[in-house]
Amino acid sequence: MELCWMTVKEAREALDKGELGAGELARAILDRVEEVESRVRAYINVFPGEALETAEKVKGGPLAGIPLAIKDNICIRGLETTCASKILKGFKPPYNATVVDRLREAGYVLLGKTNLDEFAMGSSTENSGFFTTHNPWDLDRVPGGSSGGSAAAVAAGECLAALGSDTGGSIRQPAAFCGVVGLKPTYGRVSRYGLVAFASSLDQIGPITRTVEDAALLLEVISGHDPRDSTSAPYPPHKAQELLFKEVRGMVLGLPKEYFGEGLDPQVRGAVLEAVRVLESLGCRVEEVSLPHSPYAVATYYLVATAEASSNLARYDGVKYGYRAPEHKDLYDMYVKTRSQGFGVEVKRRIMLGTYALSAGYYDAYYLKAQKVRTLIKRDFEEVFRACDAVVTPTSPTPAFRMGERLADPLTMYLSDIYTISVNLAGIPAVSVPCGFTREGLPVGLQIMGRAFDEATILSLGYAYQGVTDWHKKRPPV
Amino acid sequence: MEYEAVIGLEVHVQLKTNSKVFCSCSTEFGAPPNTHTCPVCQGMPGVLPVLNRRVAEYAIKAALALNCQINPLSVFARKNYFYPDLPKGYQISQYELPLAEHGYLEIETPQGKRRIGITRVHMEEDAGKNVHGEFGDPHSYVDLNRTGVPLIEIVSEPDIRTPEEARLYLQKLRTIMRYIEVSDADMEKGELRCDANISIRPKGETRLGVKTELKNMNSFRHVQKALEYEIKRQQKVLEEGGIIVQETLLWNPQLGATETMRSKEEAHDYRYFPEPDLVPLEVSQEWLEEVAASLPELPDEKKARFIEEYGLSAYDAEVLTSAREMADFYEAAVKAHPDNPKALANWVMVELLGRLHAENKSLLEAPVTPQQIAQLVALVDKGTISGKMAKEVLAKTYQTGKDPQQIVEEEGLVQLSDESELEAIVEKVLEDNPKEVEKYLAGKTKIVGFFVGQIMKATKGKANPQVVNKILIKKLQEKGEQQ
Repeated sequence: MELCWMTVKEAREALDKGELGAGELARAILDRVEEVESRVRAYINVFPGEALETAEKVKGGPLAGIPLAIKDNICIRGLETTCASKILKGFKPPYNATVVDRLREAGYVLLGKTNLDEFAMGSSTENSGFFTTHNPWDLDRVPGGSSGGSAAAVAAGECLAALGSDTGGSIRQPAAFCGVVGLKPTYGRVSRYGLVAFASSLDQIGPITRTVEDAALLLEVISGHDPRDSTSAPYPPHKAQELLFKEVRGMVLGLPKEYFGEGLDPQVRGAVLEAVRVLESLGCRVEEVSLPHSPYAVATYYLVATAEASSNLARYDGVKYGYRAPEHKDLYDMYVKTRSQGFGVEVKRRIMLGTYALSAGYYDAYYLKAQKVRTLIKRDFEEVFRACDAVVTPTSPTPAFRMGERLADPLTMYLSDIYTISVNLAGIPAVSVPCGFTREGLPVGLQIMGRAFDEATILSLGYAYQGVTDWHKKRPPV
Repeated sequence: MEYEAVIGLEVHVQLKTNSKVFCSCSTEFGAPPNTHTCPVCQGMPGVLPVLNRRVAEYAIKAALALNCQINPLSVFARKNYFYPDLPKGYQISQYELPLAEHGYLEIETPQGKRRIGITRVHMEEDAGKNVHGEFGDPHSYVDLNRTGVPLIEIVSEPDIRTPEEARLYLQKLRTIMRYIEVSDADMEKGELRCDANISIRPKGETRLGVKTELKNMNSFRHVQKALEYEIKRQQKVLEEGGIIVQETLLWNPQLGATETMRSKEEAHDYRYFPEPDLVPLEVSQEWLEEVAASLPELPDEKKARFIEEYGLSAYDAEVLTSAREMADFYEAAVKAHPDNPKALANWVMVELLGRLHAENKSLLEAPVTPQQIAQLVALVDKGTISGKMAKEVLAKTYQTGKDPQQIVEEEGLVQLSDESELEAIVEKVLEDNPKEVEKYLAGKTKIVGFFVGQIMKATKGKANPQVVNKILIKKLQEKGEQQ
């Protein structure tokens, strides 16, 4: 077996048995990066020297010797963290994100930092301030976003697994587009300390992996209460075993009718409904349900997220770190030029939207109203989860689209997150699992949503599903 | 036309916790620039604030001392604006649901007691400091040591009617903050900062006039002066048929005048919204009771008790309770000599404070202990020394730190109270001054002072004046009867 296609679990066993050396594994992955990276462009930075050095010195821990990639909006001490933005070019944080501390304790090997839409704002990685990542299944198509670099790296064999972040679908949608597994944990499950904030009340770090089992292994390492994040839940990390082996027979799955209507690609629909039949064959009962406020999710999201973003991104002002416009008349001019030159179009668009939504006279009509609708969306889920153990939907209405296709029309771009956004607004967990391919050979993702802090149910369903299917074993042509 | 002013004050008080409000950096003042900073207070990407519980405790304490109701749930909010001393581009404050509301504080004005309503008390973080032109180059620098130092903002109702009341309100606020030991509230050090909203209206009018906001008043005196100036200015505008423009003004202490800082149109839109990085602060009944139990006796209660328990005048009680260390000093003296609290009050307020004042010292620097004052007053009360002698003894205690008892013994300062001994001396003085006796008997009773002087001279000041007086009057009466 080619080492670059190993799962974390397989590599763990091979390393533990001594059949494989950590250095050997790291070298194999770096060779693969060398081979395909010029075409995929998943990484902003690769650290071959450091990766080999860490691998050679590796000691114990659940991820000892496992080569991983990290989205470049997660801080690692002393290494450039750019968020794919010119404004943070050259910024090296003097601290680790909590998830990075935990991965280090677990013995991981850092391969590099992956590309994203600038500040995680986008659904295609085309908004990266540096370059666009390509979908390993079709290099003319986008890998999805914003964690497109991480998803593409996992799909292309450029790492065994990766971390992404998900504010409105940024882990699940690229996972679906790239044919890999992406988990957005419950809000508060994983510490946000060191994750460069886009929308603080929605952001959550999660794993992108080849199998649901690997997602559980990574979640076990990165989750758990963190005193440095006041919004982190006071729960200890879940054991991967507990996350995967819940009895799925007898589980009730809700199929929300709002997620199967207009705008859904027929091939995606077909693949998802086929996956539902597979789950039925495993003993699950399927019921049609309704999440009546779903049509308002995108509008709500683009008010809440942009409002928070407008404030979160105020710190990039050219004063302390990152980019500063070289020429300016006075302080105000420095602010304007720095931010005009440093931020990309989409980031500026969202800062302006958010600033507007929070402005005196508009606050009640936009931000406050959006918060109220957010509560209604949350209640929709609470209602459904009274009768259902999980909700099953497509991850994205279409498979990966062509590069440039949606750039001119932000609204169409925003609609590619239509099925993933509600989960963030409600704060619940969801996982995207590969469930088939279109005739063009593009992967399709199945999204399983669960109750807050019940990752065990959705991961057990995904694990059981992968036990009887092999979509996740297909490799891209790249 | 007669006008009245309507004044409301917004006061920021720096809390003296050891560490900052959202990180564990030191709050110590005066360290080299940017040495008390970390990624959190520097506003680096991805870092998160964590509330210092001690800050909440101090803030609750302050709010309780200001008779506020504490909200069981209060919410932090972001106040957004760009400035180099604000590294995140927003200040974490509280907006819609503050920590506490509906309080008041009472001030003692020459016209009597006034109750000033307190709208709200909320927590927030301080900003850093921009440094201009200090290093001999054209650049500006930013010092973030102060960024994240905890503040409470105390907003008053527009209940204040005169600049003097404003000053009294601030002084009372400072006294309370010091009593409860949450802040030293020194205006000169910026530990207490005050902005004022002020409008005027014809006396009897109930509607409010257009207000202006005053900033940059760095002492109690400046607050009073700036408000006095602004009242006159507004009055002049109205009397000349003009209208007051809503604006923010800066007090210029050099010019003794206010200057426009920004108009209403230029006012910031702070785009407040709930801080998503912090959970709402829950104050349980249990916590509230715990903090309430830790509150010391407050100045108003203490004053009432001093009047009641020690029979002091309202004025004396006010002075003695105006600082906690003074009240403590006084009570320690009363404890050591419980028989004469009124005399002790006098000795502390007049003699001791007078001396300290002359040397520009505070009571904490006093070289005299409460026990020594008590001992001194006890010596007077027992008749061992006279009041006049006691003043000299205090002067010596002040200089040497020796106990009054020891000074009296060492210097043989014991008062002559023996009646038979004094009778002989009085007799002799009367015999030596027959003319003066004649004058006295002729009705010039004021001449008694002359005899007392002579007797004191003869006894080197040791004669007990009460005893001397008694004997002198008796002897002079006898002489009158003999005639």
